[in-house]
Amino acid sequence: MRTIWTIAKREFDNYFNSPLAYAVALAILLPLGIYFSLIMWVSAEQAFYGGGAPESTPINWLFVFLMIFLSPALTMRLLSDEARMGTLEIMLTAPVRDFELVAGKWLGAMLFVLSLALLTLVYPIIMNNFVSPGIDWKVILSSYIGLILVCSALLALGVGISAVFTNQFAAFFTTLGLFFFLWFMVSLPASYLQEGGEVLNYLSLSTHFSQSMNIGTITLGDIAYYLSLTALGLFAGTTAIEIRRWH
Amino acid sequence: MIKVSGLTKDYGARRAVHNLSFDAQQGEIVGFLGPNGAGKTTTMRILTGYMPPTDGEAIVAGYDVVEESLEVRRRVGYLPETVPLYSEMVVFDYLKFMGELRHIPNVDDRVDEVLDMVGLIDRANGYIGNLSKGMRQRVGLAQALLHKPEVLILDEPTLGLDPSQVVEVRELIREIGKERTVLLSTHLLHEAQNICDRVLIINKGKIVAEDTTENLQARLIGAERVIVRVRGEADELADAIKQVKGVRGVETKDDGAVEFEFASGKDLRPEVAKQVIKSGYDLLELRPLGISLEEIFLELTGSDSRKK
Repeated sequence: MRTIWTIAKREFDNYFNSPLAYAVALAILLPLGIYFSLIMWVSAEQAFYGGGAPESTPINWLFVFLMIFLSPALTMRLLSDEARMGTLEIMLTAPVRDFELVAGKWLGAMLFVLSLALLTLVYPIIMNNFVSPGIDWKVILSSYIGLILVCSALLALGVGISAVFTNQFAAFFTTLGLFFFLWFMVSLPASYLQEGGEVLNYLSLSTHFSQSMNIGTITLGDIAYYLSLTALGLFAGTTAIEIRRWH
Repeated sequence: MIKVSGLTKDYGARRAVHNLSFDAQQGEIVGFLGPNGAGKTTTMRILTGYMPPTDGEAIVAGYDVVEESLEVRRRVGYLPETVPLYSEMVVFDYLKFMGELRHIPNVDDRVDEVLDMVGLIDRANGYIGNLSKGMRQRVGLAQALLHKPEVLILDEPTLGLDPSQVVEVRELIREIGKERTVLLSTHLLHEAQNICDRVLIINKGKIVAEDTTENLQARLIGAERVIVRVRGEADELADAIKQVKGVRGVETKDDGAVEFEFASGKDLRPEVAKQVIKSGYDLLELRPLGISLEEIFLELTGSDSRKK
């Protein structure tokens, strides 16, 4: 555990040396800020005519949606670059288990995304001041748990794919393709099928979040789905590193 | 400290290391000598737990490199040939990170200590990416020494250093080799001659010779070669020397000097000197030509580039 934390900490610090990480942070936080302003502005208009209270959960939805496109940029170089630069040889001859290396990389990326998510907490807090009797914090909590779980799955899959490649752009596009498929495409045929549509729906990255956790319902199935994907990503990464040792 | 038996490694159809066996004791510096692609790096990667062997067994610091890889890795310091480092990191932070991975207590103090050892203390706060090749090499060495490893494995440790740094690094290795086991690879023969207690000559994945540098020389020559120089023209010198009984391999060089050899054990130099003077020449030089490790190496590896 200590080893995982050491690796995660270095990776987290490393993001702040990288212009790419700042670009990703900007590409997430800027649209969220604009979106929040719009929500506040529109609901203020509507409140005048007796409209409902604003909700902050669409902001978390946008966060997760943007992560589909941006998280591959955060994970692409985590292991592929180590292989390219040869530093993998140092890591693999240090007393570090292959799993600890992969998990450390994933946790480093998680810490970066969690710090971005922490910043977005200002939105529900601000909103709370404008709404009487305050916003529903249980929904907010459920939404953030969902957001963390989705990001955990995305980053673990990204790290796993990064372990397979030596070229970070190959890792980027493969990861992006996978996320695109899991978010938009996998559940598309569900409505045309007589049977088995639920399975495809279950496999979709978006349904567990958009139609469940982000509206305040957490089911065991949702949690199991994202945790399974996290485990799958980390396992795939560990296996890829083990295979690398043979070459 | 290192015990290797029957080690074999295949890359697909290519056999990089073939049935390698050797050992190295504590307080011994063993040189791994061989041309590029001989299997030196592959062997070192197996010994450091980076990759498993296809066959055979290796015990390093008392642990099996396959079964107890983590235990081996805790006790081994390794400097890979390419000296891979995180160039975006500060020297101190990098070493501290490596120290934390190895759970070293008081890691800050230890990093300072090691930086002092390799002479990089004034660059502790510089970025690794801005260092020269020689300094990077020393950061790599610092990383390998950080946890006071029982076994130190260095792949071409002086590659790319300037001459004064080479001397410093060799001095450092010699110092470390007094109490620990050092296995280093090199393709510089005089380097092996200079720092190693024992040399393993490896070619095409096999050990072709293993001995101290002195013994290797003695064992391989079997004959002593001597060069003779005289003043003025020496057209007949070779013929005169040939008349001495036991002399063989007489050869006239372009500059007029004559080389000959005789079986070790029976020194013919006095007889030759008498003969040269009797023939009316002024003897200027009569000197034994020590065979260099270079020649032994070419002899053993049967290289085509052998000059004759």
